Amino acid sequence: MIRLIVIIFVLIISGFVTQKMSVKKGYSKGYLWGLLLGIIGIVIVAIRPFKLNKELITKKKKFDFGPYLYILPAAIIIIVFRLVPIILSFIVSFYDWTITGPGKFIGFENYITMFHDGEFWQSMLNTFYLVIFVVPISLVLSLVFANFLNGIEKLKSLFRSIYFIPTVTSMVAISIVWKIIFNQQTGLANFFLTNIGFAPMGWLAESRGVIDLFLSSMGFNFSGFIQSFSHGIGINYNTLYLLMGGPSLALFCIIIVTIWKGLGYNTIIYLAGLQNIPKVYYEAADIDGAGKIRQFFKITWHMISPTTFYVLMMTTIVTFQVFSQIYLMTGPPIGGPLGTTKVIVYFLFDKGFGESNNLSYASAIALVLFGIILTLTLFQKRLEKKVHY
Amino acid sequence: MKKSISYIILSVCGLLMVIPFIWMLTTSVKSQLEVNKGNVGFLPIEHYSTYEEDGKVYRITSVKIEGDSTFIHVFDENMNRIRSYEKVASSRIINKKKFKLHFENYKEAFTKVPFKRYFINTVFVSFSVVLGVLITGSLAAYAFATMRFKGRDFIFYLFISMMMVPQPVYLIPSYVLLNHLGWIDTYNALIIPWIANIFTIFLLRQQFKTIPSELFDAARIDGCGRFRTLWTLVLPLSKSVIVTSAIFGFIGSWNSFMWPLIMTDSPSIRVLQVGLSYFSQEASAQTSLLMAASTFSILPLVILFLFAQKQIIASFASSGLKG
Repeated sequence: MIRLIVIIFVLIISGFVTQKMSVKKGYSKGYLWGLLLGIIGIVIVAIRPFKLNKELITKKKKFDFGPYLYILPAAIIIIVFRLVPIILSFIVSFYDWTITGPGKFIGFENYITMFHDGEFWQSMLNTFYLVIFVVPISLVLSLVFANFLNGIEKLKSLFRSIYFIPTVTSMVAISIVWKIIFNQQTGLANFFLTNIGFAPMGWLAESRGVIDLFLSSMGFNFSGFIQSFSHGIGINYNTLYLLMGGPSLALFCIIIVTIWKGLGYNTIIYLAGLQNIPKVYYEAADIDGAGKIRQFFKITWHMISPTTFYVLMMTTIVTFQVFSQIYLMTGPPIGGPLGTTKVIVYFLFDKGFGESNNLSYASAIALVLFGIILTLTLFQKRLEKKVHY
Repeated sequence: MKKSISYIILSVCGLLMVIPFIWMLTTSVKSQLEVNKGNVGFLPIEHYSTYEEDGKVYRITSVKIEGDSTFIHVFDENMNRIRSYEKVASSRIINKKKFKLHFENYKEAFTKVPFKRYFINTVFVSFSVVLGVLITGSLAAYAFATMRFKGRDFIFYLFISMMMVPQPVYLIPSYVLLNHLGWIDTYNALIIPWIANIFTIFLLRQQFKTIPSELFDAARIDGCGRFRTLWTLVLPLSKSVIVTSAIFGFIGSWNSFMWPLIMTDSPSIRVLQVGLSYFSQEASAQTSLLMAASTFSILPLVILFLFAQKQIIASFASSGLKG
């Protein structure tokens, strides 16, 4: 534990040296110095030379460099292209960096700007909607499919493959296909709707929330209600609408595509989990006269809970980082109708590599995202420990 | 009875899962004219109108209907317009249907965008990444699994903990870093950062640990050095996990989008996914061309999947089992 703290300390120092040196002596030199310092620091702390020397004296053994040579190629790549950027992102977020180079130290200003940025909060809300819809629906559907797949013998591998194909195909091609499916004029979705006698919908161009659309179709004046309500409690109409109206229909299309894409993977994971449950339990339950549905809730659901936690965690992490489908189906430049599909990763991409090119701000957003994911993961781990059988 | 319900539900949902792919295929061989008319069903059937004059049949498009008569454009056999706004009796117009596959969409998509170049780039990048990942991964995993050295567990868990950090966090500093190295818009930016994969190291380490230590003792007694033991004993015993790692590496590299989108710019080193994305912005109205390009870009992975589906599904399933 102490070593970990020392390592982090060394890395932060090396990061700052990188920053200072690159301002003074140009980037490549400064970076080299920081990297060198970081590696030396890690090596020193990791092998604890002082203790090692004592051992060397007493055992008269030659120090073996072999193992380090074996991990060296991977370690160089991982340290340079993973560890250093991670450390760097903390540092960058406290500076005023653009694509042209480093600026001055501005402390928490990026974070303060972020918390006053309406766009940030809207993209957080959109991400939240995405996660809250995708994760439970995907979880339930994949568990149901896995149970059905587990119960059959013939054609099992065919069905498995069919469900799995979206997982191996590229998000880019799939997004293009779905974008055209949801096209208002030449799309399959509206073709289907008009053929069974419904009015065509706006799909990816529709900024109104699904709750609004549903209630309006029932004859309820939703926006009027929000209008009067917002006057009553003194909240901005738009804010209240975004909160009460639910995800826009455009975002709902993204939700459908995201579920569709991830379903196969979750089903396969669940299927593997189901196959690990010993058959004896079900045989015993059969003898006791428990029905299939009761068996599912009394046996399967409990035995499968480690898998459920894994699926829950993975789907949450992946859904928080959704980008490609947003970029291809509803952007660029704006991220959906009235920004209603702008999720957090699209927002940081836009800030970092869009017009403003504010890399520091984008880094700060990325770190907030990381913090959220880390918190959720740790929370789920704790929960898992509590209910683990 | 219970089984048949399972089959019915699985079939219906399975159909919903593949409908986008089927529609992509059928739209890719339709003519754009037909798609624009709103005939977007699944069958590539063309609807057209003709009218007969002096024993000859002409292709026409109707423009405006007024009472019993219709204004039409008349075309010759090569679909060149020969007469415009001709007024004829509506009863002389005959509507016809024809089943026709327009494979020329694929050719047209290829001539509009250098997909061949993108394809070669993607293949090159993917294979380099897989090769690199396997080499660095098996070396590191071998050390982590079989050797004792100072700081082994610490380094290993440092790596593992980095697996959790989401890509957006290191994306921006990576851009800054690659920019200073002068690697932006080169193959280096697409390959070098990805030739070591923490997950692969983890997978291979788990596998190498299952090899009984007696085998290593025997190899040592026979005078086998460390590297020779890895090459002649450990790797041949770990074929299936190596294939699994290669599949993960290949699929991940082939489908990666955000990284190459940000790190490269010029068309000469553009990869397929990025090329497809640009094409979808340029040709957003040309549905059938887009579908042809999409079909082409997912084809290699779908073929790989069909040939090795058991292995691939087993690989993905094993990723969920905790080590």
